[in-house]
Amino acid sequence: MIPHPETRRVLTPFILPTVVLLPLLAGGLYFVWPLVPGGVQRVLISLVAVIAFAAGNAAYLVWLERKVCAHIQRRIGPKEVGPFGLIQPVVDGIKLMSKQLLIPKGVDKPLFMVAPLLVLVPAIMSFVTIPFSEDLVARNINVGLLMIFAFASVNVLGLLLGGWGSNNKYAVIAAARAVSQNVAYEIPMLITVITMVMVTHTLNLNEIVIQQDGSFWNWYLFRFSASPLMPVAFLIFFICSLAETNRAPFDLGEAESELVAGFHTEYSGMGFGVFFMGEYANIVIGSSLAVILFLGGWQSPVSFLADGFWWFLLKMYFLIFCVMWIRWTYPRTTLWGLLNLSWKVLIPLSLINLLLTSFMVKVWPLLMGAS
Amino acid sequence: MSGYYRDLFGGSWSLLVGLGITIKNMFVPIVTEQYPHFVPVMTPRFRGHIELVGDEETGEPKCVVCGMCQKACPSGCIKLAGEKPEGAKKKVVTSYILDFTRCSLCGQCVESCNFGAITFSKDYNLASTDKNDFIFDLKKRLEEKS
Amino acid sequence: MSDFALSQTKETFVLNLGPQHPATHGVLRVKLEMDGEYIVHAEPILGYIHRMHEKMGENRTWAQFMPNTARLDYLGALSYNHGYALAVERAASIEVPERAEYIRVITVELNRIASHLLWFGAYVLDLGGMTPIFYAFDDREQILNLLESVTGARLTFCYFRFGGVYNDIDDSFIAGSREFIKRLRKQMPDYHNLVTKNIIMIKRLKDIGPISPEMVRKYGATGPVMRGSGINYDVRKNEPYSVYPEFDFDIPVYDECDSMARYMVRMDEIEQSMRIIEQALDKLPEGPVMTEKVPKNLKPPKGDYYSAVEAARGVFGCRVVSDGTNTAYRLKLRSPTFSNLSLFGEACQGMLLADALAFMGSLDLVIPEIDR
Repeated sequence: MIPHPETRRVLTPFILPTVVLLPLLAGGLYFVWPLVPGGVQRVLISLVAVIAFAAGNAAYLVWLERKVCAHIQRRIGPKEVGPFGLIQPVVDGIKLMSKQLLIPKGVDKPLFMVAPLLVLVPAIMSFVTIPFSEDLVARNINVGLLMIFAFASVNVLGLLLGGWGSNNKYAVIAAARAVSQNVAYEIPMLITVITMVMVTHTLNLNEIVIQQDGSFWNWYLFRFSASPLMPVAFLIFFICSLAETNRAPFDLGEAESELVAGFHTEYSGMGFGVFFMGEYANIVIGSSLAVILFLGGWQSPVSFLADGFWWFLLKMYFLIFCVMWIRWTYPRTTLWGLLNLSWKVLIPLSLINLLLTSFMVKVWPLLMGAS
Repeated sequence: MSGYYRDLFGGSWSLLVGLGITIKNMFVPIVTEQYPHFVPVMTPRFRGHIELVGDEETGEPKCVVCGMCQKACPSGCIKLAGEKPEGAKKKVVTSYILDFTRCSLCGQCVESCNFGAITFSKDYNLASTDKNDFIFDLKKRLEEKS
Repeated sequence: MSDFALSQTKETFVLNLGPQHPATHGVLRVKLEMDGEYIVHAEPILGYIHRMHEKMGENRTWAQFMPNTARLDYLGALSYNHGYALAVERAASIEVPERAEYIRVITVELNRIASHLLWFGAYVLDLGGMTPIFYAFDDREQILNLLESVTGARLTFCYFRFGGVYNDIDDSFIAGSREFIKRLRKQMPDYHNLVTKNIIMIKRLKDIGPISPEMVRKYGATGPVMRGSGINYDVRKNEPYSVYPEFDFDIPVYDECDSMARYMVRMDEIEQSMRIIEQALDKLPEGPVMTEKVPKNLKPPKGDYYSAVEAARGVFGCRVVSDGTNTAYRLKLRSPTFSNLSLFGEACQGMLLADALAFMGSLDLVIPEIDR
């Protein structure tokens, strides 16, 4: 089969790296690898694995999203490139990479260039602490939860700089929206997480999952002995993670019918691609956290089935499917509606939950002990 | 305050109902036409660009070069010429050029024709990067078809 | 909210919304003076798709202008066909056979449903919900298939002629129309559950974009915009034309004056159009669909004639001045969205950008019809 001349033109720059450099790299690695100390080996492997997982997920979640939205809308979705359009993300990636990186006149060049990375890199870094199973974790950190939230806050900085640096009015409006939205939603989210930490007594994600051992009623989602409002806490967390990742119905930052493309209006090629990957990586992080905190991580829902990372992935992808399902159902909220929801509903509810939980966890045992 | 709770609970319920409708539609059969693989058939009355009609027996165009279609066309996209051969009863069309770039497919030409000499074609896959591809020589098309 | 916006700093910036913008659905350009996200002043700028249809009418014969009317509002082309045909028929005193009148009503109402369905989808799309437009298109597709089977085109129908219609309808069209009405009746609850009752939608539409009845009168807005402001006016009832008096249907009127009212008017109009079509299909008489007396070279007597129809977006008026020749001396087309858009500038002062776009969508603009 002779490829189309256009395809050949696009693919030519990729031939040298793949045909020459990749085998060279592999060969070199083969000889150098045994000389690398064991600790460094583990770090390298886990880094590569994490980046591959994040990138692969970003690519194939786009495919999944297109399929989900197509079927919801009585369409088929991608189907031409490969079986079920499975090669589509690869081709899309090649297209984005081979496109010109356009830097418009008047942009703040350093900010403009660094903004996509500020979205993607923290998201990938967060993967380091996510425990896919008891041993399948890049780095088991004691303050894993804290680290993820620290990185999640950097994400909004990327949006702000991207919008600000673009020298585009739509992008600036979008950036301002994204910031006020993220600030509003981090409060209920963190209050909920504080509640969870009060129950778990640890910030280590591995230990949080281990505490939910056993069948599904041991998951924190159903741990009514800690707080009768646990399912509500899960809902608050889920809604906030939607808002944090700028997903519909809270996608004010890229409201395409109002702000053209929002903060990435001026980005082309891989600049846009990196923003996009960052968005999907953030969705994965948000869903993983929800799974770890509330749905028992890698623990199987019934005790007679073996635990394992497949449970983690199953739950995570189910939540991601819900995120997509929600996106393709609702219209967008406005900034006022969004802030109203946050300040009038989510924050009071999460505060009530915090009080209730602290009563149940701290005061109730004291009372019981006294009697 | 009652409005607050009505919004909270009624609103949440409305959102759940919405989710129910979209998930239901996820299992509805696909309704889109997979265009290049399955080509839709045009209805008998479909108004495509025009085509000369040939006589059933001889295959020669029925057109008698009365020029009514040329006059009826709002955009002036029809140019035709004819001659009266020796001994023939009526004129015979020698060239019939349709400038499809200006045609708005209104069908006035077909209606104005008293001889049933032009009809709508069912072509709709018309795309080109060259403007001249849309200047159709209808007489040649008819000859090629027969 | 508006006081808050206008009392802020004097530091404003100008935002050019369009001519290429996803929310304007065409080449409309709105110059917005903004204070942050609040609109201080808005000015619609027209003319990007002006094609001089009125002037064309002076250079073409009466019949040759007919295809142009379908190019004004390409979503409700048949209403515009109807308006022009009525005006010229009045000028030349042409009688239309009864069957043709019924066919006109059926096709125009089908077209109105198609137009409202597309508006419904596009409006939710403006608000960020991407799924309903596909459902709406699925239903609209059925109408287009039906209309294609009789008119031969899917968008620019050009189906009416002076003195009747181009083709007769057949049994498959009648059966198909009944089938479609049954289908849409089943779909409407889904639309209402998915969109109308959705809390996000309600929050975005309720009390947004108020248009007082005074403002409606001042700018001459018509159609659902007017009926959403509590004015009961519909040409089909107030100055009946064609065979509309023979049908039993209501004019939905809402007093809230907000975007939600205009939304509800259109959704209810779909139901009413279905009622009209059902009655017309039941009563459809036999007979010719075209009068035989129409001269090929039409020359209406000298005079000034006006005729108006209720198009999907409001009153479409057509004024023809004839000097007794085969072309119009003057042809004035009164298009509804031009007046409906005019009030946008005044109404959206002090609004948030997102609300202003929700408001603009509720006006149901079709740009080629504004510019003509």
